[in-house]
Amino acid sequence: MKIHEYQGKELFRKYGVPTPSGILALSPDEAEAAAKKLATPVVVVKAQIHAGGRGKGGGVKLAKSPAEAKELTRQMLGMQLKTIQTGPEGQKVHKVYIEQGLDIGKELYLGVTLDRATSRITFMASTEGGVEIEEVAEKHPEKILRAVVDPAIGFADFQGRELAFGLGLTGPTVNKFVQFCSALYQMYVGTDASLVEVNPLVILKDGGVVALDAKVNFDENALYRHKELLEYRDLAEEEPRETQAKEFDLAYIALDGNIGCMVNGAGLAMATMDTIKLVGGAPANFLDVGGGASKEKVTAAFKLILADPQVKAVLVNIFGGIMKCDVIAEGIIAAAKEVQLKIPLVVRLEGTNVEQGKELLRNSGLAITPADNLRQAAEKAVAAIK
Amino acid sequence: MSILVNENTKVLVQGITGSAGSFHAKQMLEYGTKIVGGVTPGKGGTSFEGKVPVFNTVADAVKQAGANTSVIFVPPPFAADSIMEAADAGISLIITITEGIPVNDMVRAKRYLQGKPGVRLIGPNCPGVITPGAKCKIGIMPGHIHKPGRIGVVSRSGTLTYEAVHQLTQLGLGQSTAVGIGGDPVNGTNFVDVLKLFQADPETDAVIMIGEIGGSAEEEGAEYVAREFTKPIAGFIAGQSAPPGKRMGHAGAIISGGKGTATEKIKAMEAAGILMAASPAELGTTLQEAVKRGPPKKNR
Repeated sequence: MKIHEYQGKELFRKYGVPTPSGILALSPDEAEAAAKKLATPVVVVKAQIHAGGRGKGGGVKLAKSPAEAKELTRQMLGMQLKTIQTGPEGQKVHKVYIEQGLDIGKELYLGVTLDRATSRITFMASTEGGVEIEEVAEKHPEKILRAVVDPAIGFADFQGRELAFGLGLTGPTVNKFVQFCSALYQMYVGTDASLVEVNPLVILKDGGVVALDAKVNFDENALYRHKELLEYRDLAEEEPRETQAKEFDLAYIALDGNIGCMVNGAGLAMATMDTIKLVGGAPANFLDVGGGASKEKVTAAFKLILADPQVKAVLVNIFGGIMKCDVIAEGIIAAAKEVQLKIPLVVRLEGTNVEQGKELLRNSGLAITPADNLRQAAEKAVAAIK
Repeated sequence: MSILVNENTKVLVQGITGSAGSFHAKQMLEYGTKIVGGVTPGKGGTSFEGKVPVFNTVADAVKQAGANTSVIFVPPPFAADSIMEAADAGISLIITITEGIPVNDMVRAKRYLQGKPGVRLIGPNCPGVITPGAKCKIGIMPGHIHKPGRIGVVSRSGTLTYEAVHQLTQLGLGQSTAVGIGGDPVNGTNFVDVLKLFQADPETDAVIMIGEIGGSAEEEGAEYVAREFTKPIAGFIAGQSAPPGKRMGHAGAIISGGKGTATEKIKAMEAAGILMAASPAELGTTLQEAVKRGPPKKNR
């Protein structure tokens, strides 16, 4: 789950990670009042969308007066903000965050995430703050410093000092940086985050260490024990069909093609998409109905797929492991009838009772094209559109 | 012979009275797996299906029933704790089927296992391990698609493993052992570990390795193959059509920061001498082809 910058900073403050003062604004008037309240010579107006790269897209602007903050907010609210992470259509801005201006000395990068190679939480720090860290990682891997955290110990002060000196920090700033990292680690494990990125982390001219940005993602599997975080969820930022899929416990990702896919298992679902592409088609989605593939789930999955106006044919590929194919076929038939399916449906079933399953599909009175294997299924779906 | 499990494997089912645990325990018993006990805290002293004793703790099951392998169906919030309990009780092979365990729980559990060198964890979020020749099925895979034989199967995905096994069986190629290592970012056993076991197993003649986008386990597997592996080997990577930044169902299946793409993995595997299937419909035939080509060394 992703959250907004202002929400991330709220969590930062809760865990003692220093951030600038800021106030959320939903209208130009609120922005003006917020700027007056902050009372700094400049304030920053920051569009709140889940995607990164906002600065370059025109979503972060300086205002030298409350009146200017009001005007900038008027321009920003409702705009389709396009960044490298939003896609060409952009993301609509519903909220802005008004933040105090700071005397910035240096901009650094600090990120915390799981390192899969060691199965441990890892800090990454770089002097190249404010830019795309992936780019730094690729061109100058030596500029990224790492600290791997032992989960039995937690983030150790010496690791913080190593990072600080490696970043060229001096004087009292070193200890401020160590404290910053410790607090950030507490927040990471305390909230079951999956990514915390502070880009940039700024060293102020007075030596202070402050998080100027906050990108926080959470581990969805751990949200059950953090009910308070669910309030941070912003449905306006999520793909509506992906949100709907979650309600039915389906894994769904919208793609650009026109062949809707319903498969059991993530690996097989990806492999099915790959096969469609190999035979010259384009998948409209990734959809994993899970191991069960009950009638209710299949119906919900059909509805999701058909809600995409681009979909011109549907391919169902189920490897009925322990579920029997005749039971799955009944589910598909019932679901297809319920949603009054009008576009071509290609079904490939495999596993126990596969012959009975195919027989049921043939006698269903529905225009279902059966397929014997994965490749044939993909070819038939592609042919059905042409 | 086979790898990981055989006729002497005495299985303990953790979470045997839950819905998934009881369903699959029955399936495993039907297949012929030697289940010597189950664990459900608070239900110790009862019995499952009238034949399998249920214990309160793994330690009791090890002491009283001699279990040496455990399969975990415990719900995600408690699964990492169950892994540590099994390791502490002296279980040497822990197969975790549970999907959706919080990552930080697994980080801690894996740290705990580092202090227990004789313990191997498979999974989590995996279909399990099966050796058809020993009638030993530990996990959720459909037993009937398997056939005893000499091909090793190792895969990160569940149903895609079934697809591979099914294609092999249809071609008359039986399996020595099929291992699902799971799709989570923190797991116990990787491709390299399983490939080493297949390399050492005299009853495995050739191997098929099925990976997917995300992480670098496939690249590490390929490096190992290039270095030491001498048996014919075929491969496949799922997710060639997946866009970056989108998590494809498995918590681990994501292309991030331009890393973990199918193209990179296929390149690394081909360079190691692994014959790659162009499509998932050709897993079985590609393995046949790889066997004809011979050891990977000849194909680099």
